[in-house]
Amino acid sequence: MEKKKLVELKNIVKEFNGEPVLRSINLDVHDNEFMTLLGPSGCGKTTTLRIIGGFATPDSGDVFFDGVRINDVPPHKRQVNTVFQKYALFPHLNVYENVAFALRLKKTPEREISMRVAEMLELVNLSGFEKRSVNYLSGGQQQRVAIARALISNPRVLLLDEPLGALDLKLRKEMQTELKALQQRTGITFVYVTHDQEEALTMSDTVVVMNGGIIQQIGTPQDIYNEPLNTFVATFIGESNILPGIMHRDFLAEFAGNNFACVDSGFAPMEPVNVVIRPEDISIVEAQEETINGVVRCVTFKGVHYEIIVEACSVDWIIHSTKAPEVGSVVGMTFTPQDIHIMHRYPDDAPAPLETVRKPEESADNP
Amino acid sequence: MKKMTFSKIYTSIIFLFLYIPIGVLIVNSFNASKSRTVWTGFTLDWYSKLFHNETIMTSLLNTLVVALIASVVATILGTAAAIGIYNMNSVARKFIMNITLIPNVNPEIVTGVSLMLLFVFLKMEFGFTTLILSHITFCVPYVILNVMPKLRQMNRNLCEAAMDLGCNQLQVFRKVIVPEIMPGILSGFLMSLTYSIDDFVISYFTYGASSQTLSITIFSMTRRKVSPEVNALSAIIFVVVLAILLIMNIVDIKKHEKEARR
Repeated sequence: MEKKKLVELKNIVKEFNGEPVLRSINLDVHDNEFMTLLGPSGCGKTTTLRIIGGFATPDSGDVFFDGVRINDVPPHKRQVNTVFQKYALFPHLNVYENVAFALRLKKTPEREISMRVAEMLELVNLSGFEKRSVNYLSGGQQQRVAIARALISNPRVLLLDEPLGALDLKLRKEMQTELKALQQRTGITFVYVTHDQEEALTMSDTVVVMNGGIIQQIGTPQDIYNEPLNTFVATFIGESNILPGIMHRDFLAEFAGNNFACVDSGFAPMEPVNVVIRPEDISIVEAQEETINGVVRCVTFKGVHYEIIVEACSVDWIIHSTKAPEVGSVVGMTFTPQDIHIMHRYPDDAPAPLETVRKPEESADNP
Repeated sequence: MKKMTFSKIYTSIIFLFLYIPIGVLIVNSFNASKSRTVWTGFTLDWYSKLFHNETIMTSLLNTLVVALIASVVATILGTAAAIGIYNMNSVARKFIMNITLIPNVNPEIVTGVSLMLLFVFLKMEFGFTTLILSHITFCVPYVILNVMPKLRQMNRNLCEAAMDLGCNQLQVFRKVIVPEIMPGILSGFLMSLTYSIDDFVISYFTYGASSQTLSITIFSMTRRKVSPEVNALSAIIFVVVLAILLIMNIVDIKKHEKEARR
């Protein structure tokens, strides 16, 4: 079933002091979706969020909300609320008054305010904290107050700007699960900005990978990880071995001096391509004739696995394995056709052409 | 050990030098004799005479009225200016902050004379208006200097958060910015009040017959002979200024405690 489009960005261009920050962004946010904008700092993800929130206006292009153009609608008139990077709680107000802020502005009767605030604080597990000063709260608690404050006016969309950035690792993991659960419970659309790829893969329905003000790929976490569209996505999300190769015909690729069967098709005959193999998909075996053989250069303990660098066919291969071979020994490497992922080769890390950004199947059911 | 005693003695001497004159003045204000050298007994006569001296009482009232009006106006103007300067780009901000500081380092006598020349040039009659205008002039920079750091400390996202939750521009100012910078506004106001009450040089050049302030009255009274009434008056002023300074410091300490908690 096709979901309703809630926010649409059409050809958004934005410059700061002559520096392009967003170059023609096209993005649809669907109802009830958990969408993450992922990219390195300066990629334009926060600017995209600010444009949806109304804190920045695009130089050209249109923003639609529920089918209505909202380019010139000020933030306080949008059905969108934001959780800011450093929470931005009002230090002069206590927890109760911070959460009640939006309702007070609307002159809501006191009884309804206290009911709604209690409801919100329960939602974020902060019941009993009403009278506390926000300055005494821990980072995680401040985070929850910020979420309760943003959710109290029942927004259609909640924007979150790196909300977990200031928390320690353990708390961050807890909050990831909680945020996801909260989104599913409330049914509110979340647009989440982060530079943490793991966070994006854990929580999102849809991940939007951005770099240099351009959307590189839109897809489910699985799509993004297993079928990156270009070198940037392949290297930004997890680690990968990227090898130059040639696609002889459908299901047959040549790289590292050999021909390999693969599951990819739809390339031009003899098209130069990039081949992606994830480090955890390569198995180390004893060197045999049909394996790729190389010398172990380096082994690093990483906790869950060892990172092994093997030099073979004059390239360094990164391999993740729970067993460590000896440095200097000759080993063989194997992988299955499913582990090979073929990408079109674009000149210098240029992004994929825009029409290929959304997965073809998905755009096919769009009317 | 030796060093410790030396530094203690040194510090005591410095403080003696600072406070003996004021001490002598206060003691003399209770001295029954008109002479400043002989103690003939304790009296509150000078205080009672002081409160019955109409010239002094009028000028006290003048001082308070001028100080209050000038500091209120200066606080409003200074706060507005600080917010405006804060929202400028960094080059303009630095420039404006520097020219804001110049009147503070300018010798008072220069400020006084130039204000007098300005009023003469504008053909304004010397009186309350000229006096209050000049007090506002030298108070505004102090307010800006007190409000500015508070604005800098404020999380810039606060204003956006307020807009996000439904505030229009005016509500952002009233409900978020003002409460946040209140300690700065308050200390700016108190500082203006003290400087205005304290001022002699600038007032001397800008007062009119109807608007003589305390400092000017005292000055003209002492031109002939220091009357013990002046001692009593000065003692009172000292105590009042001390009280204001104490309040300012307490406000400051509370402010720091609040920040330390964050």
